[in-house]
Amino acid sequence: MAHQTTDYKSDVKITWCPGCGDFAVLNALYQALASLDLDPKNVVVVSGIGCSGRLPIFVNSYGFHGVHGRVLPTAMGIKIGNPKMTVIAVGGDGDGLAIGGGHFPHAARRNIDITYIMLDNNIYGLTKGQASPTTLQTFQGKSSPYGVSEENLNPIALALAYDVSFVARGYSGQLKHLSDLIVEGVNHKGFSFIHTLSPCVVFNDTYKYYGKKVIPIAPYENTSNKMRALEMWQDKQHIFLGKFYKDETRQTFNERLRDIISQFPRDDAKYFKELVGRYS
Amino acid sequence: MKDILVRIGGEGGEGVISCGEMLTTALARSSYDVYTFRTYPAEIKGGPAMFQVRTSDEPVLSQGKLADILVTFNEEAYKLHGHTIHPEGLLVYDPAHYQANGNFECYAVPLEQITLDVVKSKLGKNVVSLGVISRLLGLSLELLEKMVTDRFRKKGDLVVGKNIEALKAGYSYVDQHPFKKPVPKFEAVESPIKKVVMSGNEALSIGAIAAGCRYFGGYPITPASDILEFMDRELPKFGGSVVQTEDEISAIASVVGASYAGKKAMTATSGPGLSLMVEILGLATMSEIPVVVIDAQRGGPSTGLPTKMEQGDLNLAVFGSHGDAPRVVLAPGDVEECVPYIVHAFNIAEKYQTPVVFLTDQSLAHRTQTFVMQDFSKIPVINRLQPTAEELKDYMRFKAMPNGVSPMAIPGTEGGCYAATGLEHSEKGSPNFTPQIHTQMSKKRFKKIEEISKEKGFTTRFGPKKAKIGIIGWGSTQGALREGMELANKSGESVALLQCKMVYPLPEAEILEFIASVEKVVVAELNFGGQFNQILRAKFLIPTLSLTKCEGLPFYAEEILAKIKSVSAGEKADAGAVLARS
Repeated sequence: MAHQTTDYKSDVKITWCPGCGDFAVLNALYQALASLDLDPKNVVVVSGIGCSGRLPIFVNSYGFHGVHGRVLPTAMGIKIGNPKMTVIAVGGDGDGLAIGGGHFPHAARRNIDITYIMLDNNIYGLTKGQASPTTLQTFQGKSSPYGVSEENLNPIALALAYDVSFVARGYSGQLKHLSDLIVEGVNHKGFSFIHTLSPCVVFNDTYKYYGKKVIPIAPYENTSNKMRALEMWQDKQHIFLGKFYKDETRQTFNERLRDIISQFPRDDAKYFKELVGRYS
Repeated sequence: MKDILVRIGGEGGEGVISCGEMLTTALARSSYDVYTFRTYPAEIKGGPAMFQVRTSDEPVLSQGKLADILVTFNEEAYKLHGHTIHPEGLLVYDPAHYQANGNFECYAVPLEQITLDVVKSKLGKNVVSLGVISRLLGLSLELLEKMVTDRFRKKGDLVVGKNIEALKAGYSYVDQHPFKKPVPKFEAVESPIKKVVMSGNEALSIGAIAAGCRYFGGYPITPASDILEFMDRELPKFGGSVVQTEDEISAIASVVGASYAGKKAMTATSGPGLSLMVEILGLATMSEIPVVVIDAQRGGPSTGLPTKMEQGDLNLAVFGSHGDAPRVVLAPGDVEECVPYIVHAFNIAEKYQTPVVFLTDQSLAHRTQTFVMQDFSKIPVINRLQPTAEELKDYMRFKAMPNGVSPMAIPGTEGGCYAATGLEHSEKGSPNFTPQIHTQMSKKRFKKIEEISKEKGFTTRFGPKKAKIGIIGWGSTQGALREGMELANKSGESVALLQCKMVYPLPEAEILEFIASVEKVVVAELNFGGQFNQILRAKFLIPTLSLTKCEGLPFYAEEILAKIKSVSAGEKADAGAVLARS
């Protein structure tokens, strides 16, 4: 029998604030997993630290709730260690673009076959309201009483510049669309990045702001045209939702590692003997 | 007994190291024991480089101090190492570089002219020198020719031919120009015991593969980079994968991830990298994930002395974490021990689901020694405890167990789903911050360490069963300490040595037994503050004496002897330690 969304719900009580965008992302993930009909035992959800970091604990699958900013290298290790697993990395904007920002380009270079959902709430929520790398400059909060001095980063632009092989954006206000993107991201051969607008209703409620700005990427857009994708993120009037870019022609990291290994027919005893012989 | 130390000094890039390596291989293939040591500049080209090999027909315990033969490639090498020539030693120098005089024998060889005459270029001086040294030591020319051919075969017949000519030119020069120093002859001996000659980094890499390591993530750092390179080259042959990560944090994160996913995994770094890794080592302790981390220690804090040795990372390896995050720290005593002890590192990591830090140092990492390699099929390998079908019916990842070790499900196992987390958690693995759970789980983590402290085989005792002075050392100083002890005992002292291969947790029973068998304890280590001494004092409340050295160099046996003489003559422990005793 096909899996239902309830199969993926763990019995741990969810600790997010009422109205948090992360609920919708979690539900979209449940739906995506059900729609992909993945056996929970073959899924690993990996996270860093922050509000979204708790997400794996609420999923009935294998999970890894690691340290702040290191979700991508941890997920890479899991995917290499157990290539049969479907590995889904989740984390926030601070986790992925501030403390962990150095890992993003390297996950892209490797084209490691995992799906990375960035739950972007434009704030540090769990530490109660400091500005994050994606907070708008106009935001006045506890760590930015006079506004944010730095300009905000655009995760889509970074992903396109790093040559991530699948770049998309979803919104917790559009659950079904987000769920479909996750399905496509998981099915994508290579590193898929789904930037997800997931407002924090307590410290930086951007639902109204996004509500006015989001528009879908037109179905006729060519997702192999990176110049067009770059144009779309530069449009200041709109925030595009959907697939910006997709390239399935590239080898995945696991494929390359497998190619290296397959040059050597299995014969441990022989290789040990050769190794020791080299030092005799 | 034949026992001779050859030291070669020159400019980095002149072939000092390759000359020394070829000499080492020739001696090992002639069935002699070798113990090499090298210093090299932190720069790629230029700066002084030194390679030395001590060789004997009996086991060689330490690198030795005074050179029986010093070969200089330039005048600077003489200025740096001239004072280390034995009074009855021999200096090989090129009269085009400088004029030598000393009590020792000065043996002029026009190294550069010979090279120019034979090879028609300056490159090849190292092979001419190899010929000179080989003839001085009476090595077999036939064996050398074969070795040089093997070494340069890939570069083509022309290169092989030139090098053979250079070798013969050096060799025959000595034939035609007699020297006076009586040098024992190291003619090739047929031996039924086949020995290997390799470095600590090579030995532990092979041992790790034998232990079942199948994922390696690493970031380049001196003096551990060659472990990464070794794994890059060899691990795929055994079905394993290697990633050169973007930093050390990524390296340890990927290692923890791979191990969680079911693969035995390792990283290798030096002090600066270990500093970056400690947060995730705490995660491995908390989520009970087996990992092995090599720290090839270098000198000093910060960038320090990147190409020198020190035992200064002990406190970081043992205590480097926030919160109570107990872990295991092992330290092999020499190159040979790198093989069994890295296997122990993996076995302990797996058996107790804990991170293990494996402390070597620059000297151990890069020096080569001869030893008999174990039979791989006989190396005992332990794998992590996995849940039974019965346990999977209501799986609890962190179930309370008498020894603290709970069955660990590998992703893909039906019924085993759990989330590993750095948060404090219940037996099921769910976040839980109650006082009861935090106490219970801390006890669980420390219980495992208590069990590990009872594991046998992590100390080695040398010398008499009862002694006036007991030296306690750890890690790669073993040979020098042992040699110092033997010198002292020959000179009428009464000294025993206990070398600890597990420095955390402490092998308590063995240490207590040792302390009870001696009158005074001297703790010897290569750092400034006496880190192991502090750990031992805190644990056993004994007024130890401390012998430290902070020069970026290994101990010399003579330094150990001097300390023993001083203690024997009445040197007291410092006031603080005596107070602790009262």
